[in-house]
Amino acid sequence: MSNKPLPVVDYLKIPDDGDPYLEGHKCGSCGAMFLGERKVCSKCGARDQMQAVTLSNRGKLYSYSIVYRSFPGIDVPYISAVIDLDDGATLKGNLINVEPDPANIEFDMPVEVVFDDALGRKDRDGNSYISYFFQPAS
Amino acid sequence: MTDAYVVGVDMIKFGRFPEKTVPEIGAESALLALDDCGLTIQDMEALYCGNLGQASGMVGQRILQQIGQTGIPVVNVSNACATGATAFREAWASVKAGLYDCVMAVGVEQMGKGLLGGSGGGTGIPKEGLLGSGTMPAVFAEAGLEHSRKYGTTFEHFAKVSVKNHHHSTLNPKAMYQIETPLDTVMNAEMISYPNTKLMCSVNVDGSAAAVICSEKKAKELGLMGRAVKVRASVLTSDPWQERDLVMPDVNSCTRLAAKQAYEMAGLGPDDIDLVELHDCFATAEILHYENLGLCGDGEAGRMIDDGEVALGGRIPVNVSGGLLSKGHPLGATGIANIYEVTSHLRGEAGARQVQGARVGMTHVIGLGSACGIHILEKV
Repeated sequence: MSNKPLPVVDYLKIPDDGDPYLEGHKCGSCGAMFLGERKVCSKCGARDQMQAVTLSNRGKLYSYSIVYRSFPGIDVPYISAVIDLDDGATLKGNLINVEPDPANIEFDMPVEVVFDDALGRKDRDGNSYISYFFQPAS
Repeated sequence: MTDAYVVGVDMIKFGRFPEKTVPEIGAESALLALDDCGLTIQDMEALYCGNLGQASGMVGQRILQQIGQTGIPVVNVSNACATGATAFREAWASVKAGLYDCVMAVGVEQMGKGLLGGSGGGTGIPKEGLLGSGTMPAVFAEAGLEHSRKYGTTFEHFAKVSVKNHHHSTLNPKAMYQIETPLDTVMNAEMISYPNTKLMCSVNVDGSAAAVICSEKKAKELGLMGRAVKVRASVLTSDPWQERDLVMPDVNSCTRLAAKQAYEMAGLGPDDIDLVELHDCFATAEILHYENLGLCGDGEAGRMIDDGEVALGGRIPVNVSGGLLSKGHPLGATGIANIYEVTSHLRGEAGARQVQGARVGMTHVIGLGSACGIHILEKV
């Protein structure tokens, strides 16, 4: 078991001496943005031109759903949100600190990325995890 | 190249058959399709079989073990919800290429109940409900609300799709359900993933459908041209790169690309199409595809459903079978069941739900991940 919480996905980075951040990989040839490491750009086919970039912690809500029925053990309702970050990356995640009602959710509402424990979920070895969430921008 | 014709096609009534095996369910429609054209398994030169649940299970061969082991080549196909259409297209391609003159395509699925999708894979901890949702109702809800953000499409617009398709299915004895669902019933049903209520989600059912495809020469030799339906276009696309497609599976671009290619191949346009069976896996999805298939201009889908243009008797009836929402969606069978539906109308054999005077019809499926299959059929 790790002494430190682990990142929930490989594009969430937890430096030893700083705050967690999200990392994108940008094609040096066409500018397409990806999550996670890769060698080839699936937009233009360029090889070995991917550059790691730190993603913005701010963005806007592009689309969403309010999930009322999920798999056993998953707390509902919650807002599944598709967020366009300010620098061109798109991520999906939970939109938190908003009542899950369409009346409270507007397209393009500004949001910020926050990092927190992954809802208490642990893996088989007992490791805890850090995840990312979105909340209305302060 | 020769033209290829559907000479025999049928489906079983969709339902739940836990007591049967997948090959048994598939064999039923294979026999029905043979009976539809009066041919035998000995007349088939190849079999193309679509199934997802047992993709590594040699389902096509096991169907032949039920209905006749003639030693013909069997190709087993798996392509998400485009599986049936892909099997049909492979069969069509083999005839077009001149490899064979008479082949069969079968699609079959045994589904069980419950949610499909989810983002629980990979290492570490489950991601569902932590990094949003990967369940199919949520994914297609997000795709629907993308349309809402562009054009103001409402929950009610989406719900009307379900009212229409459930109404259509009351006229289709092979649909899983024949139950009217008024608008308030649809909108007040259990919310699964806003804006998709339970009645706006396709029904998980077991089912199969099969088609016999012949070259023009063979169809004429066999005297089968009278009820034959010509395949005017067969197209399969994958999802071209889109900026959000890593997190938001894109059902639009691959459909638009496939529709463009299909109209070009057929030498036809949307105005020539008399009916459409399209991929209404969720009510939100159907709205998107009116525009993706060119049935109306961008932003007009809400008006299309409001005005009844897509209902039986309207300008361009969509999913008169009841669609995936009420006929049911046995994944591997759906693409060929669509071929059955359109062929029935073109032959004038669709009974109470007959689209009067139908000469040209279109089928469309989307397999998320993504694959889009479109066929245009014509009665000559």
